Amino acid sequence: MSVIKLTDRIKVMERKPMSFAERLYLPAILKGMSITIKHLFRKKATIQYPEQKRPMSEVFRGLHVLKRDEKGAERCTACGLCALACPAEAITMTAAERKPEEKNLYREEKYAAVYEINMLRCIFCGLCEEACPKAAIFLQNDKMAPASYEREDFIYGKDRLVEPFLLNNKS
Amino acid sequence: MSILVFKIIYISVIFALSLVIAMYATLAERKVAAFLQDRLGPNRAGPFGILQPLADGLKLLFKEEFIPARSDKWLFMMGPGFFMITALMTSVVIPFGSDVTIDGVTYALQGTDLNVGLLYIFGVVSLGVYGILIGGWASNNKFSLLGAIRAASQNISYELAMGLSIIALVMMTSSLSLKEIVDQQAGWQWNILYQPLGFLIFLICAFAETNRAPFDLPECETELVGGFHTEFSSMKLGFYLFAEYINMFVSCAILATLYFGGYHFPFVSSMDPGLTKTILQAVVLFGKIFFFIFLFMWVRWTLPRFRYDQLMNLGWKVLIPLAVVNILLTGVFILIKAG
Repeated sequence: MSVIKLTDRIKVMERKPMSFAERLYLPAILKGMSITIKHLFRKKATIQYPEQKRPMSEVFRGLHVLKRDEKGAERCTACGLCALACPAEAITMTAAERKPEEKNLYREEKYAAVYEINMLRCIFCGLCEEACPKAAIFLQNDKMAPASYEREDFIYGKDRLVEPFLLNNKS
Repeated sequence: MSILVFKIIYISVIFALSLVIAMYATLAERKVAAFLQDRLGPNRAGPFGILQPLADGLKLLFKEEFIPARSDKWLFMMGPGFFMITALMTSVVIPFGSDVTIDGVTYALQGTDLNVGLLYIFGVVSLGVYGILIGGWASNNKFSLLGAIRAASQNISYELAMGLSIIALVMMTSSLSLKEIVDQQAGWQWNILYQPLGFLIFLICAFAETNRAPFDLPECETELVGGFHTEFSSMKLGFYLFAEYINMFVSCAILATLYFGGYHFPFVSSMDPGLTKTILQAVVLFGKIFFFIFLFMWVRWTLPRFRYDQLMNLGWKVLIPLAVVNILLTGVFILIKAG
């Protein structure tokens, strides 16, 4: 059986005894030291974190946000499709009916009274975003769930998920 | 100013200087390591991290002092101190500049000009291993003991080659006083030009004597946890780490003194004697020392550690025969020259 050559770059190692220069070891040391001294003047790879940040990808899927519409009302209608789509079962919600005086708070007649995402379960796949028929949930590309000492801190309720209400919201 | 007052001031200055240099050598080590690895190194404590050694020292001071239950307590406490003392003692005989005469009084920039200065250095350096040995043995820990044994055998093997390489130098200079050896090298008459092989042997042995990579087998983090200082904590550990840097500073000073003309430099040597000349000479010497300290670090972050048998092979089968050959060659040259 003949061996098929994949490339012509094959280099056959010869097991011959070391030459005097090699046994002397010093040329090899000098060679190594010349390599390390070159690195002294190289550009450093460090990104000084709190001051400098690595640019994030446009399509990065980070922390979730529950969007408001142009009038500032919450878009979510608690249909539960996101929870259904979620492969990690990280989303839970409780629906409630909107009262007449809450019309400016919620866009539709039904809304999510409780909406929780467990960030320890979430795998940030973005399927909730795809499932949402009301364009209410999005994964931001510039925020990440911060670390914490307590597991409870990772269950994000509406207080941390809903986009903050801006008074000068563009109408 | 009487000579006694001057000596006290001078010794305090040298003492403080070796401590400060050792302190900043720890920072320099981390910086050099980082730069050779394309990183930036510590730069948070003060500009360029210049307060980092202080932070490190404080951290070590406030750590828990721990003495293992089955250890020999007195020896355990003595070890680091002993290592530190021997590290600091060596710098006494190193001349940092030529004599200055102010108002008819001559001040020597040297702790004391022993006529057996070289022997004194060797005596003190070989005592240094006791600090490691005592500390490692008193810890009652197998890793520590292994590290200590390695330190002892390594220092004994390499001291032989070191001593033999120095004998060739002494044959040439026919003096054991460091001051005289330095003054013979005025201008470009550096001993490295006459003793290149001796210098190489001495340099390699200096790496081994200071327990620095590639001969850092007594510590050997990858095999022996921390080697002889595994059980040490707080400032006792600090003393061991710190004394290593003082040893490095002193070895560099000796290297510069014996082979690179000490405080002599071509343009400085031809100046008129006076305070400026002496200060310039000290600056020159420190320049040489810093170069060697950098060399030590450069080598550490380039070469991998030797294996124990390789270390012993190199010491006994290569360096000692080479040193003997060097002595023979030196003798032959001296005979030819005397002709």
